[in-house]
Amino acid sequence: MLKHHDKIERNSIILLILTVVVISIGGLVEITPLFRIETTIEKVEGMRPYTPLELAGAKIYKREGCYGCHSQQVRVLRDEVERYGHYSIASESMYDYPFQWGSKRTGPDLARIGGKYSDEWHTRHLVNPRSVVPESIMPGYKFLLEKDAQISKIADDMEVLKKIGVPYSEDMIQNAVSDAVIQASNDRDGEVLLKRYGKKVTIRDFDGNPQKVSEMDALVAYLQVLGTLVDFAKFEPLTIKEFNELQQNIKNSQSSHQPIEPSNSNLNNNNGK
Amino acid sequence: MASSNNNPLAVDYNYNIIKLFTIAATFWGIIGFLAGVLIASQMAFPILNFDIEYTSFGRLRPLHTSTVIFAFGGNVLFATSLFVIQRTSSARLWGPDFLHKFIFWGYQIFIVIAGLGYVFGVTQAKEYAEPEWYADLLLLPVWISYFIVFVMTLKNRKEPHIYVANWFFLAFIATVAVLHIVNNLSIPLRIDSTQSYPLFGGVQSAMIQWWYGHNAVGFFLTAGFIGIMYYFVPKRADRPVYSYRLSILHFWSLIFIYIWAGPHHLHYTSLPDWVQTLGMTFSIMLWMPSWGGMINGIMTLSGAWDKLRTDPVLRFLITSVAFYGMSTFEGPLMSIKAVNALSHYTDWTIGHVHSGALGWVALISFGALYHLVPILWGKKDLYSNKLVNTHFWLATIGIVLYIVAMWISGITQGLMWRTYNEMGNLQYSFIDVLKASHPLYVTRALGGIFFLSGACVMAYNFYKTINLKTNN
Repeated sequence: MLKHHDKIERNSIILLILTVVVISIGGLVEITPLFRIETTIEKVEGMRPYTPLELAGAKIYKREGCYGCHSQQVRVLRDEVERYGHYSIASESMYDYPFQWGSKRTGPDLARIGGKYSDEWHTRHLVNPRSVVPESIMPGYKFLLEKDAQISKIADDMEVLKKIGVPYSEDMIQNAVSDAVIQASNDRDGEVLLKRYGKKVTIRDFDGNPQKVSEMDALVAYLQVLGTLVDFAKFEPLTIKEFNELQQNIKNSQSSHQPIEPSNSNLNNNNGK
Repeated sequence: MASSNNNPLAVDYNYNIIKLFTIAATFWGIIGFLAGVLIASQMAFPILNFDIEYTSFGRLRPLHTSTVIFAFGGNVLFATSLFVIQRTSSARLWGPDFLHKFIFWGYQIFIVIAGLGYVFGVTQAKEYAEPEWYADLLLLPVWISYFIVFVMTLKNRKEPHIYVANWFFLAFIATVAVLHIVNNLSIPLRIDSTQSYPLFGGVQSAMIQWWYGHNAVGFFLTAGFIGIMYYFVPKRADRPVYSYRLSILHFWSLIFIYIWAGPHHLHYTSLPDWVQTLGMTFSIMLWMPSWGGMINGIMTLSGAWDKLRTDPVLRFLITSVAFYGMSTFEGPLMSIKAVNALSHYTDWTIGHVHSGALGWVALISFGALYHLVPILWGKKDLYSNKLVNTHFWLATIGIVLYIVAMWISGITQGLMWRTYNEMGNLQYSFIDVLKASHPLYVTRALGGIFFLSGACVMAYNFYKTINLKTNN
């Protein structure tokens, strides 16, 4: 060993090349199959991209570093499923760029926070967490009420997301601003929004201030959709037979590196198979 | 020193750039520890968030992590690697002055731009990879220049063999470049926008992020600092490295195995099981090369143990290697899925990170800086070895308070979250568990204050040393 190593440690270029080869193997083995194995992301009903308002909310969530204290990933452990709900599945975060699974629970998991509390609770909690949870150590975010949600250019975000694989349609992108305004109001007709994004879109004035679409509207809209999209009554892990059929379909399919599109007929996407 | 020597064989080493990196490391260390104390205090007393967007925990936390890892740790690595490469190659640092200046100022500007971004809410929302696309792009030419200067100096060496410390520095520089590029592949929203979207989402982005994240630990905070260990421990102890054979074995196995360990951050999640199992397996295997390095470092003191009593700088170095041994045992333990089920998402992880970051990375950095400062400024010795000793104890007390508090807090959280009552329901609400952590958060902040004050003592000692009248 020593004799052979002598050659390596006398030549900086050989040392460098060998090093790069050695450090590449693990990553290649662990990462590349995730883009090739189709069962990595389950086929489920109900997943859809975020609406423009929810997307603006997701941006606030990232901007404020919420992921530093809140996970969005219910692990397959009994106590977590009982505390937070059904364990998270990969398809639920397939439109999150980047993923927001988090790594720390200073506060509770938020993967299934949607629909668990009222909009009013969320708004009061975000303004002053200790007004509703006296022992909370979360910072207050009262400035969200005052700031306008950044929706005027949200179509740009959707354009970029479309490029990297989120199935936004032209229709969705063109109507982004009006869709966001509609979603945050109590009195506008939301039919168009439901037609574009499916029935599971909550349309209401989230922050209790009809005068404007605030960042609070956007963030609460985002929180209220988390974990609510997949219909778990219809989701079952694949049987062996179904798995084999899926494998067969994949072999027949051309676009083998695309994530599996949800078969939601409400989803007017032009990126599917 | 060497430059004023009349010996014709002596090399005229370039210390100018290393002086700058040394000062920057000391400065950023204090800023980073201060940010740490602040956010630790926010967790004990939430009123300190002031409910202003620029001072909330969520925005300041990346400021703390980036400052300690990339600003403090990074500048230490620049200073030590560019010093060691010259000394062990008997060659002057390759390249023109402006290139060295570019590396130094480019890196500092990168840090400032990234840090300002966090405060104003500009972030990629990926832990330890928060800087947005324009900051990432700026870092690229800086890092490539660093790589070129390092490799060219190595090529100019007058020693036939490449010294072991330089293997680790080289692996660190090359791997960090690969990690940085792949994990930051993204599309800017607009060319005039500070924001971008990454090319990968969902489960793939999770895997790539933790491949990056764990190897930021493996190559930035381990391989680079192991390089420091391999030069400064033998130098300070005046003994050769314990085992040459062990260095070869532990170098190749460390860099091969580390890369696989990322998935242990994603146990029981929606990442496919096969990847989790691979990640766990390699994480456990990683224990062996890690301890190979620790043994090689500590056993270098064979026959010179008495120096620990008289040389507080050596005490910093050796204690750091002991902490390295401890946290590289704790890491594989926590990567076992059954243990991770309890430890993940809790403060135990935070404690583990800090036993590595404070105990290993920071202590070995302090030791190396204490060794460097008198040499760089041509002084015979430090202004005060007594103050080095004071720093050592302040730091050690701080670390112990910190990690013990986080162990207790983390294991308490893990156990309380999964406690069932007689009826078969969960016993505690989430907020019950948080309340239990309060005294431990106070203790942790106190530990941070000890650690920070130690660093201030070091800065004072450096200031006095640099201004000493008597030269070597």
